[in-house]
Amino acid sequence: MSVAAGGDAAAAPAFVDFRDVALAYEGHADFAVEDISLSIAAGEFVAIVGPSGCGKSTFMKLATGLKPPSRGEVDVAGARVSGPLKIVGMAFQAPTLLPWRTTLDNVLLPLEIVAPYRATFKRDREQFAARARALLATVGLAGYEDSYPWQLSGGMQQRASICRALVHEPRMLMLDEPFGALDAFTREELWCVLRDVWQARRFTVILVTHDLREAVFLADTVYVMSKRPGRIVARRAIDLPRPRDLEVTYTDAFTDIVHALRERIGLVRKS
Amino acid sequence: MTTSARNAAIERYAPWLLAAAIVVAWQAICGLLNVSEFIFPAPIAIARSLVQYAGPIAQHAWQTFWTTMAGFGIGVAVGLSLGVLIGGSRLVYRAFYPLLVAFNSIPKAAFVPILVVWFGIGSVPAVLTAFLICFFPIVVNVATGLATLEPELEDVLRSLGATRRDILFKVGLPRSLPYFFASLKVAITLAFVGAVVSETVASNEGIGYLMMSAGSSMRMPLVFAGLFVIGVMAMVMYELFAILERRMTGWAHRGAQSR
Repeated sequence: MSVAAGGDAAAAPAFVDFRDVALAYEGHADFAVEDISLSIAAGEFVAIVGPSGCGKSTFMKLATGLKPPSRGEVDVAGARVSGPLKIVGMAFQAPTLLPWRTTLDNVLLPLEIVAPYRATFKRDREQFAARARALLATVGLAGYEDSYPWQLSGGMQQRASICRALVHEPRMLMLDEPFGALDAFTREELWCVLRDVWQARRFTVILVTHDLREAVFLADTVYVMSKRPGRIVARRAIDLPRPRDLEVTYTDAFTDIVHALRERIGLVRKS
Repeated sequence: MTTSARNAAIERYAPWLLAAAIVVAWQAICGLLNVSEFIFPAPIAIARSLVQYAGPIAQHAWQTFWTTMAGFGIGVAVGLSLGVLIGGSRLVYRAFYPLLVAFNSIPKAAFVPILVVWFGIGSVPAVLTAFLICFFPIVVNVATGLATLEPELEDVLRSLGATRRDILFKVGLPRSLPYFFASLKVAITLAFVGAVVSETVASNEGIGYLMMSAGSSMRMPLVFAGLFVIGVMAMVMYELFAILERRMTGWAHRGAQSR
């Protein structure tokens, strides 16, 4: 396992580029994350794993420009990040759907806000709605467009939340423990949903998770973060062939990778 | 009729039955103990004076009603704007909140003499007292609704390039509507209190004035008739806003509906 974080920047220009980034929250002397250097290629699926409270969510805030770094530089799509990025879709552990909107209207929300769609939203509403319906169908929510969030199960709400993150066709998808609150079967189902959407559209994904199987099953590259202050202590390319089927999670190759990562995290927790 | 249907019917008519029982008991006690009409009039005496003075009562009730509604209207406008301002910014919240709490703890009746000096006897002090007493719950509720926005949702919106205005109109305001409508029910009843309190000391019109002058000429049934009219008006307005609340924010009360 190569320990040099971001050591082998790909030949292709990096889509997301962190150079020696650190962040301290206001009123805290110590850093939440520090010495983060890594490169993510366009269309790459990256997973970040680590013990709880290690600054995984802070990493997300840095990559989306919601927080400016205290030190270092973050580039996304060839430009320095200086404010919230508009080419990003986000989904969290809590679906955060709006209870007064139907599923369809929830998914349409980004199109009402993000440029350039907001300018033509009223005129092209039908066309946008068709797009949202198609997207909902790909995650298995056809027929639930007019249901309200509270009429859906937790797994269905999370599917809708992912649709909301994707409807404006962002170039980057940020997922912060999106399946953490779901039961094991629903979670594996949604892994496959995410895998299929990603394979069809090939946006860049940064998945923050504490589920190693999830990380290894979905990602091209897994980064391991140390406990606070968070640093990247390991980088592991997952070379399992694609497309991956759930069956792959029962193979020895898969288990070996998960096991190796688990040991890495064990070291992190003890140190 | 099944048992559950009968239970439902009983539950439905229970408030009317209780009200009727109280009136009957009241009448019986007054009759049996021979209570003087000048001290504590019986329901029949009150009803009689309601009919006898129907004209003047209606006139005074209208005065009370419109001053209350005018004060309530100003209260809603000011309460909503102040609530949005306070709920939308931590700084404004910090600056305003202690002052608002201090202001709210002053008995509003204490303002009436000041208002009389400024605006004279009449409708203006009644409108303003109704306003002063009713805007506070609206401010607090709207501000709370706005301030409790989930941080994740805010991140989602900000990463889409949402302006503060977008967040306010797409999420903040719809989200605080249940709080807003809940506060309207409280505010409308408070507005009646404000208007009547002001009328009792600083007006020649309105139910408050009617009760005051009837009391000073020992026409107690008329005083009680005034009380009854205020109670009915406040209750009707409360119910109106309760219905409006259910209509506008049904999504927030789904638990109650599915029961």
